[in-house]
Amino acid sequence: MADKMATRQAYGKALVELGEKYPQLVVMDADLSKSTMTAEFGKTYPDRFFNMGIAEQNLYASAAGLALSGKIVCASTFAMFASGRAFEIIRNSIGYTKANVKICATHAGITVGEDGASHQTFEDIALMRTIPGMTVINPSDGVSAKKLLEQAVAMNGPCYVRLGRAAVPVFYDAAADITLGKGNTLRDGNDVTVIATGIMVNEAVMASEKLAADGISVRVVDIHTIKPIDAEIIIKAARETKAIVTAEEHSIIGGLGSAVAEVVVKHAPVKIAMVGQQDTYGESGKPDELKKKYKMTADDIAAAVRSVLA
Amino acid sequence: MDIKTLEKTASQVRIGIVKAIHNAGSGHPGGSLSAADIVTALYFDEMNVNPKEPDMKGRDKFILSKGHAGPVQYAALAVKGFFPLADFMTLRKLGSKFQGHPDRNKVPGIEMSTGSLGQGFSVAGGMAMANKLDGDPGRIYVLLGDGELQEGLVWEAAMSAAHYKLDNLVGIVDWNGLQIDGKNEDVITVAPIAEKFAAFGWNVVQIDGHNFEEILGAFKKARQCKGKPTMIVAKTIKGKGVSFMENEAGWHGKAPDAAQTEQAVAELGGER
Repeated sequence: MADKMATRQAYGKALVELGEKYPQLVVMDADLSKSTMTAEFGKTYPDRFFNMGIAEQNLYASAAGLALSGKIVCASTFAMFASGRAFEIIRNSIGYTKANVKICATHAGITVGEDGASHQTFEDIALMRTIPGMTVINPSDGVSAKKLLEQAVAMNGPCYVRLGRAAVPVFYDAAADITLGKGNTLRDGNDVTVIATGIMVNEAVMASEKLAADGISVRVVDIHTIKPIDAEIIIKAARETKAIVTAEEHSIIGGLGSAVAEVVVKHAPVKIAMVGQQDTYGESGKPDELKKKYKMTADDIAAAVRSVLA
Repeated sequence: MDIKTLEKTASQVRIGIVKAIHNAGSGHPGGSLSAADIVTALYFDEMNVNPKEPDMKGRDKFILSKGHAGPVQYAALAVKGFFPLADFMTLRKLGSKFQGHPDRNKVPGIEMSTGSLGQGFSVAGGMAMANKLDGDPGRIYVLLGDGELQEGLVWEAAMSAAHYKLDNLVGIVDWNGLQIDGKNEDVITVAPIAEKFAAFGWNVVQIDGHNFEEILGAFKKARQCKGKPTMIVAKTIKGKGVSFMENEAGWHGKAPDAAQTEQAVAELGGER
């Protein structure tokens, strides 16, 4: 079994390294720095770390002010409050102005676990990708989180970086080529393509292995950048395999599934099944229990693959 | 700039406001006119800005958090020489850079795109934090409406500005007492304003927002105050300078017709 690491841990570590490379990097938080993992940056660079308290609207509008004054800003809180509570501030003060703010939102999705429904967001990708000019990133493991964060910080403009609470397997090699805006094909296959994002990528790989034993050949693609989406890799999958299954730790409304469908219907219509949160709220429980109950596991992906082939 | 000249300049700014809103056929004259003296004092006396170099390093910045009063900022920038006044007469027309609410990526001298209330104030705090971090001498000025104080974000920002001791940040409340649906106290009471900001840890100065001596004096007091942001609570008259608009909530968001515009321009002393 590979090492496990939460993508938020990779984020916290990467920030400290980036702080040295970029003297104009500023990190902000809303009283969750120990959970979002920005605290280490705060300890290392206290002058460039601002805790804004429990005030997410002010966190993101202030971040815009710093960014429009020449700073690169990584501003963190839980994904629920970043994308939900501060949505209109992000839209008007960061998106519309093209401010160089990286909204690094942790604790996304069902794997928040025990905190329950009020803290489990399944809407954030949908909300963020409707903002013109917003880059939306959802890394699948610790290695890709680090590499994508580095690229987000290097580019000029607003980004939403979705990070998780729970430790998940690190499956990318440290030398893997992970490029913003380009999907990664992790397994080749010709029956069905599973297009997954975030922690569901590892589930998709596990599903492909189970299905291979039954003679079903599954291609697995990691779409870590949901916007701008890699249309080429999706169209290729639609043309070369019989159907597509999308898998995300997010609502099946408006997220990766919708983004893939938007590409497919235009260029190469094929059948699509969507694995994700089925238009409902979550609840308290252990991450693994919740993934099972809300049907976001390798088994659920495998069942969806079988259903589109039936 | 001497007070007589400031008063004359403010009249030119007001004429620009009335004419542009008339041409546009819609807009917010009342709250633009109430802020005209404050904004004139900022651009023509208080602030270090350069129309030939809008992005000059170390400049002072003005953010119009009550973005619906965009015409007052556009008119002041035009009179200051950032762009010709004639350009601004395209206000609110399709393809114009003069949007209904200011867009920083379209118009030189606009430091922040505003319109959604409360955000400009909070962004101004972020800019003041950046200047502190960089040792940049530029000061940040931000104008809020009284109704805008009903936005919760204003108080989040007020708390953090005091916490970070942003003495390079100066807020001004344009307290004309009226908002779209009527008097503040009939909608949601915002008073007492000075006491609220004082309780949030701000240095507070109360003035008549149409008296240039008091306006300039308040900016001076703000410069002298160390370790605290300053809030200037300016009592103003909505529609100030145009007799039929003064103290009328109905002129919050309505354009004057041709005859009304002619009368307003005449009352303001005519174009120079």
